[in-house]
Amino acid sequence: MLKRFIYSREGILSMIVLAMFLAVGTISPNFISVSNSISIFNDTSILIMLALGQMLVILTRCIDLSVAANVAFTGMVVAMVNQYFPTLNMFVLMLLALGIGAFLGAINGLFVWLLKVPSIVITLGTMSIYRGATFLLSDGAWVNSHQMSEAFIGLPRYEILSIPVLAWMAIITIILAFWAMKFSVWGRNFYSAGGNPMAAFYSGVNVGKVQFYAFLVSGTLAGLCGYLWVSRFAVAYVDVANGFELQVIAACVIGGVSIVGGLGTVVGCVIGALFIGVVNNALPIIGVSPFWQMAISGVVIIIAVVANASSDKDKARIILRKPEEPVGSASSQSH
Amino acid sequence: MKNKLITACVLASATLFASGAYAAEQVRVALLVKALGIGFFEAAYRGAEEAKKELGDVEIIYTGPTSTTAEGQIEIINSLIAQRVDAIAVSANDADALVPALKKAQQRGIKVISWDSGVGKEGRQIHLNPSSNSLIGEMNVQLAADAIKAKGKTSGTFAILSATPTSTNQNIWIGEMKKSLSQFPNLKLVDTVYGDDLADKSFREATALIKNHPDLDVIVAPTTVGILAAAQAVSDLGLTGKVYVTGLGLPSELAGHVHSGAIHSFAIWNPIDLGYSATMLAYNLVKGKGTKTEVPMGRMGTLTLDENGDGAMAKPFVYDESNVDEFSSIF
Repeated sequence: MLKRFIYSREGILSMIVLAMFLAVGTISPNFISVSNSISIFNDTSILIMLALGQMLVILTRCIDLSVAANVAFTGMVVAMVNQYFPTLNMFVLMLLALGIGAFLGAINGLFVWLLKVPSIVITLGTMSIYRGATFLLSDGAWVNSHQMSEAFIGLPRYEILSIPVLAWMAIITIILAFWAMKFSVWGRNFYSAGGNPMAAFYSGVNVGKVQFYAFLVSGTLAGLCGYLWVSRFAVAYVDVANGFELQVIAACVIGGVSIVGGLGTVVGCVIGALFIGVVNNALPIIGVSPFWQMAISGVVIIIAVVANASSDKDKARIILRKPEEPVGSASSQSH
Repeated sequence: MKNKLITACVLASATLFASGAYAAEQVRVALLVKALGIGFFEAAYRGAEEAKKELGDVEIIYTGPTSTTAEGQIEIINSLIAQRVDAIAVSANDADALVPALKKAQQRGIKVISWDSGVGKEGRQIHLNPSSNSLIGEMNVQLAADAIKAKGKTSGTFAILSATPTSTNQNIWIGEMKKSLSQFPNLKLVDTVYGDDLADKSFREATALIKNHPDLDVIVAPTTVGILAAAQAVSDLGLTGKVYVTGLGLPSELAGHVHSGAIHSFAIWNPIDLGYSATMLAYNLVKGKGTKTEVPMGRMGTLTLDENGDGAMAKPFVYDESNVDEFSSIF
């Protein structure tokens, strides 16, 4: 079991992350302390949640470019609601964030499902629309920390067992995603719909509907992250999370989610996000010149993907044989 | 009775005559803003009213379109020409589009200056910048020195959190900051990092600064996203009062952090001073005071002009606990 994990894609990747983590630790010993590890995980929580949503979308051979704009719009709405109704219960506000996010995700999903518009086109459009709507809503004005209630800012920072709520939310999302993608028919359908849509169709899976669900989940998580983002950085403005969708997609790709669909695991996706999180937190610590930072993260990402792809050769063949197998059953995708 | 009536008549005509003469001597300055209802410009109007009180013989016409369009401003300029105002002080929505209308105004003998947001050289006589690069650089170092003094120390270290490494004005300001360091021998610049004007990256860079330099006293961020993210990072790390954040930002955005103590003081232009100076300059041009290189502007001193007619008003204005609330409702 352990041996299988070590040689798996996730195993190799987690060792790369660990090696990187320890290497930075030799330069700056504080980096590998428990508190710093928690703070890195906390810092990466939003990326992890968004990457898990994005994974579902990519599994079904789609892509969601509108996640970051969704984060900005939902974040702005909840921040403004909190500004004008500071006594509103946080639970209601979270439901609002989830609801708005789900609605924006559903718009993408419906276009893909019912009108068969390529997802890259529709989400490229909604990305600008959601960003523009954020501007119209706020009139370009910022919502600042002193305009937010204490509970609004305090919730993700509240510590349970010395781990902040923000990180707990990521942990709960990971557990739910792991369970759903491993053991529920609903979760397994994402693999079958993306792995071989034709076979999925013949075995009674409504591929379009599965894609709709993927966008719905991605949008819902983006909505939650909208609140978390705005609260964590205590400011809401139009450019919140600008360009973040690319980091989200990068996390998926590094984590071994196949960009052509049907392949990818929750564990891999989480490690992919942690990889970016460690790089993001390590670069400022080791004091790399800002001009090199981007180039370095690019190179490291490519190395990780190449390392991944080389451990992946035999699996490609398995996919090709799959049409003969009953698609949609749990066993066909385990590797 | 008759006598009384005559006296009354004489008195009345005398006052009429006097007020007529008074009106003729009044300098009519139009303060044309980007749009009405913007706090920043309402504050500039307050400054113009201050100048009016000081000068006495000025009438301020505060005007602007309802939305920030060049078309709206052109219409207003044409109506101001028809009203034969003496001077127009404009903050332009478009540097080029207003030039023809303002040229026409100048041909009719109206003095034109631009302030805050300028127009092309041909469209105006003077452009009033709120500040200059060297003054901004100097101010940022001064703020760091003030924060160190607030910690009760005589010397200390600071680091700069900028936007992107390729941002032109940030780099100019950082260059000017380094130049003015010679005036502050007790200050040491230990690091310059770049948050790319992204909240998450700025937050991370600020956290790393504090971890890499345990004895750091001040983070200077001459960018609005950076200063907010750094202030939040300092309060999240529980280092309020140990590490101060300062730089350039807006009172409405930073009031919370000033009250929490993460920011001791910060700077940005003062719109009241800007409106005051613009009015003073327009008045002095009408009165023929000042030369091609220097025009007085009341309590703000004298504006020095370069060959393009550009001048810088003053150092950025410092905001702290004592005045941030007054301005946070303005801009």
